[in-house]
Amino acid sequence: MKLLKKHLLSALILGSGMLVATAAQAEDKRGMVLALSCASCHGTNGNSPGSIPAIAGKSANYIESAMKQFRDGARYATVMNRIAKGYTDEEIKLLAGYLGNSKK
Amino acid sequence: MSQVTRRQFGKLIVAAGATTLAGCNVASKGAAVGGVSSGKVVVVGGGFGGATAAKYLKMMDSNLEVTLIEPNRTFYTCPFSNLVIGGVKQMGDIAHSYDKLQSMYGVKVIHARASKVEAGVVVLEDGSRIPYDRAVVSPGIDVRYDKMPGHSQAIEENMPHAWKAGGQTVRLRNQLQAMPDGGTVIICPPDNPFRCPPGPYERASMIAHYLTQNKPKSKVLILDMKEKFSKQPLFTDGWNLHYREMIEWRQGSAGGKVLQVDAKNMQVETEFGWEQGDVINFIPAQWAGKIARDSGLTNEAGWCPVDQVTFESQKLRGVHVIGDASIAGAMPKSGFSANSQAKVCAAAIVSMMKGEQPVSPSFANTCYSLVTPNYSISVAAVYRYTEGKISGVAGAGGVSPKDADAAARAQEAVYAQGWYDSITQDMFA
Repeated sequence: MKLLKKHLLSALILGSGMLVATAAQAEDKRGMVLALSCASCHGTNGNSPGSIPAIAGKSANYIESAMKQFRDGARYATVMNRIAKGYTDEEIKLLAGYLGNSKK
Repeated sequence: MSQVTRRQFGKLIVAAGATTLAGCNVASKGAAVGGVSSGKVVVVGGGFGGATAAKYLKMMDSNLEVTLIEPNRTFYTCPFSNLVIGGVKQMGDIAHSYDKLQSMYGVKVIHARASKVEAGVVVLEDGSRIPYDRAVVSPGIDVRYDKMPGHSQAIEENMPHAWKAGGQTVRLRNQLQAMPDGGTVIICPPDNPFRCPPGPYERASMIAHYLTQNKPKSKVLILDMKEKFSKQPLFTDGWNLHYREMIEWRQGSAGGKVLQVDAKNMQVETEFGWEQGDVINFIPAQWAGKIARDSGLTNEAGWCPVDQVTFESQKLRGVHVIGDASIAGAMPKSGFSANSQAKVCAAAIVSMMKGEQPVSPSFANTCYSLVTPNYSISVAAVYRYTEGKISGVAGAGGVSPKDADAAARAQEAVYAQGWYDSITQDMFA
């Protein structure tokens, strides 16, 4: 009985863990797909090899606030102001979350 | 969410993913080196679309067996080939190899020409057959020889289109170097749709840049099939500022529309009469690359209709068409578009092969055009999938400001090079 309880408990923990993991995975996938376009100018995983600023190594918070500043005209840009206007707050949070955690 | 919790979730995701792979993936056939194969993807064409797709497929699922079929060992980019024509860059500056796709990412690269894509198998020119669970076809464009009287493949010796970077890029450059000061260069851009909408006008700029420095009495005449063109007000301002009267653009209804070409006498006929050129860059009408047409992937106009989320062909299931050959809603035919589509398509394929729902896509396009080596203009757009097709996000994107100062134009020229460095890394390194 004790053993069964233990099994049930671990099954329950595993089950709920998987559910949360699936939600996080879905969020991560959306963030990834939104962030894929960034690499065309900022390099794969944000590792820019040239004159365009790298995103790699920046925190999610930094990326999120930079995108919002570009979008709202609070920060000068040649092109990011035009691009940032294409993203909602939620999308910016998702892509910043993904890029902020991607490895250097 | 903190990074630590995220990593813990990551482990769970890996565990969940492994279960899916072992238990449910019906597409899996055979074992990849170092793990259970999650399936075979064959990519046909190693340009902006294909090279990117191959790399990202392996990045997103290292257990996929990814084969890239591309006849050329060196890829010359169309972006920046106008700078080679203008003498600002050398061919070596726009050359890229497939070595790292193989050594760093584990893509199997076969340097051969694919002749046909059939259900489940890609047939190579030598008759060998490469099986796939999913195929990505990224053949780019071919020029059409059936649209303009007097035009044929044979005349490209005299009138190179140079609309695929390579030998013709060099030929056009050599012709400019050989022409006399005081001569005329004629550029004939095609009607829409075609690869790289601002390309002919950047080319005119780079040719004028060369002529200004070397043959200042010469002229560039653009005979356009169209009534307007990409970034027109910005190009016009840049031309007035840097080249004064050297570049003349004629719109279709004002004597721009070309009726026939005569390569022997180096002239083209418009509705207003014949125009003589010392160099004539006739850019022909285009359609999807040959393999797409030979494999039944094209519609009556010669382009490939695809599902706008996954880029799966509407003509042949299991085959995805990306880049210039595809009909991708509002996206222009550009290297940037192809690169952006390739990554979204790779993500969709990885999802589909795991039996998961592909994420609704998001794309971008930023296109720099150099008016001089230190004066650049750009156009940008963000795209989403809405109501069944890829559309531009309203209120986003657009062109560089008309009143931007010299410093901003120079900064965009610096970023044009930065973009080139990044996107070629994103494809090949």
